[in-house]
Amino acid sequence: MTTRLLEGSEAIAEAMIAAGCRFFAGYPMTPFTEVLEHMARRLPEVGGVCMNAESELEAVGMAWGAAATGTPSATGSTGQGLSLMQESLAEITLARVPLVVFNMARAQGDYFQATRGGGHGDYRHIVLAPMDVPEAVELTQLAFFLAATWRNPVLVFGDYYLAHTTGSVDVSRVSYGPLPPMDWALDGSSGGSRGAKILSPLGTHKRRDGQGYNLADHYRFCAEETARMAAEVDPLVEVADTGDAEVVAVAFGTPGKYVRAAVRAMRADGLKIGYVRPITLWPFPSAAVASACGSAKAVAVYENNQGQMIEDVRLAVLGRAPVRFIGGLSLDSAGFGIAPDLDVGVIRERLERVLEEVR
Amino acid sequence: MTERNIVPTDRPPSEPARLVRDFTPELIDVGTHHLCPGCGEPVAMRAAVEAIEELGVTQRTIGVFGIGCYTAFSNNLDVEVLQALHGRAPSLATGVKRAKPDAFVFTVQGDGDMVNEGLQEVIHAAARGENVTCLMLNNGVFGETGGHMTATTVIGQRTKNSLEGRNAEAHGHPILLANLIAQLDGSAYVARGAVNTAHNVALTKQMVTAAFEAQIAGRGFSFVEILTMCPTGWFVETAEAPEYLGENLAAVHKAGVLKDLTRTG
Repeated sequence: MTTRLLEGSEAIAEAMIAAGCRFFAGYPMTPFTEVLEHMARRLPEVGGVCMNAESELEAVGMAWGAAATGTPSATGSTGQGLSLMQESLAEITLARVPLVVFNMARAQGDYFQATRGGGHGDYRHIVLAPMDVPEAVELTQLAFFLAATWRNPVLVFGDYYLAHTTGSVDVSRVSYGPLPPMDWALDGSSGGSRGAKILSPLGTHKRRDGQGYNLADHYRFCAEETARMAAEVDPLVEVADTGDAEVVAVAFGTPGKYVRAAVRAMRADGLKIGYVRPITLWPFPSAAVASACGSAKAVAVYENNQGQMIEDVRLAVLGRAPVRFIGGLSLDSAGFGIAPDLDVGVIRERLERVLEEVR
Repeated sequence: MTERNIVPTDRPPSEPARLVRDFTPELIDVGTHHLCPGCGEPVAMRAAVEAIEELGVTQRTIGVFGIGCYTAFSNNLDVEVLQALHGRAPSLATGVKRAKPDAFVFTVQGDGDMVNEGLQEVIHAAARGENVTCLMLNNGVFGETGGHMTATTVIGQRTKNSLEGRNAEAHGHPILLANLIAQLDGSAYVARGAVNTAHNVALTKQMVTAAFEAQIAGRGFSFVEILTMCPTGWFVETAEAPEYLGENLAAVHKAGVLKDLTRTG
């Protein structure tokens, strides 16, 4: 084990390379920019390619093309840039191309974009939300494994803090097990075989019956695969101190770390408070959240947005306890999500208020 | 339709009639398509697959298709296909080629796809000197939606959303894409052909072959714009479409080799 002191963006880049990523395309945008910088420097050193795309639309297109050849590939941006990519991200999913996508978001307003699918049609992406640099290193590698396993895009949802916090991390390759064969990948070699491959959002194979594509068949097939993925992907979640908790706090990503610190401090003072942090945002760890909140008198959700994940928490808790929103937009003047409210004291105060209400 | 062995009476029984499939290139897998009678796109596609076969690159070819009537051929051709979104084929082709430099990569897009929706993609791919070949099937209309104005529709041309004919004041001017691409450093071979006469089909086949050869030789970006008939979208009789193409589209989008750096240095 070798630990190195790395900024989050560089750690993520190194984790991508450790996971086997050999193609990256991006367009600069704060706070995603440094991920692109590191990939531009590092990928050629390991025989990979990094493209400085002329727009986010082209970045996702290039990554789509590279991924189609079976090359582990990634792209990313901030939520704003990802908005531009959504049309492609929707179709890449229907074409069943594995791709890892990073959102180094500004605050947490992109939860819906990430988990509901920001594009058209009926699709889902696996979404992983690390709370700090070591976890980002781990989840980045897991993202490549899940993408290849499910032939589906996987989104890693970070933020300004994650991109710019320096931490001591070990970026060794993590093996998550064997991957399915990539018999779908294009290299041209099946040409002229009377069964040339196709990778398309319109169908999984060429139809030789002269009837062309059948989108109904294809969309149903994709829906079945999505349902299987939803059922079989085990969502990650961190749960602490919920056994006797009167109030359970729920948060994801960077704020999760602050909420956890507030909860630990309150526990140390004898307050009956617990903590749940969904790490996988889709599929949402509904069962774990429900069970953690089962005996609570109230659930308090902290997000740096107007309240988005709270909808999934409510769906998980299903009325067993009132679900209160204790978050809210907290931004710097540039809107990057450097949040004055992201403060253990502020969060503790809000949690104490919820505790008082339920007593 | 049942295939019938009809032998013409002017041939001796020892020489059976040749059937459509006897003329079909190997790489056209499914001969039937659902494009309109008189459409020029199958002719252009045929030129492309014939060139692929002749150049011996079948087993390393990846075709990247845009969205338009020609998308039907992503199903019909026996070459590997990556289906792109409307407008986005050049960036996908870039990713394919950069990840697999040994692959032979071509794109197929229409004028709506390439010039309207995704103009910057092809411009940047050309400027980067991306070693791929982009084919643009230009009929001056959105054929798949039934004949609507595109960025290449010529002045005076009637479409479903320019019923009195395109006029510059209201609708602006057509973009002559091949001429634009030819001006960019990075493009190695740029030509505009047409499929409205047998002679032009033969010339177009030569252009497509030259463009493909440029890629095989690693010369950089190669581009062939092919003017194709769309009698349905032009609201002209099928038989009149080739002449209409010559008098209207080709009068503005002039055929010819616009740039060829493959013969120099």
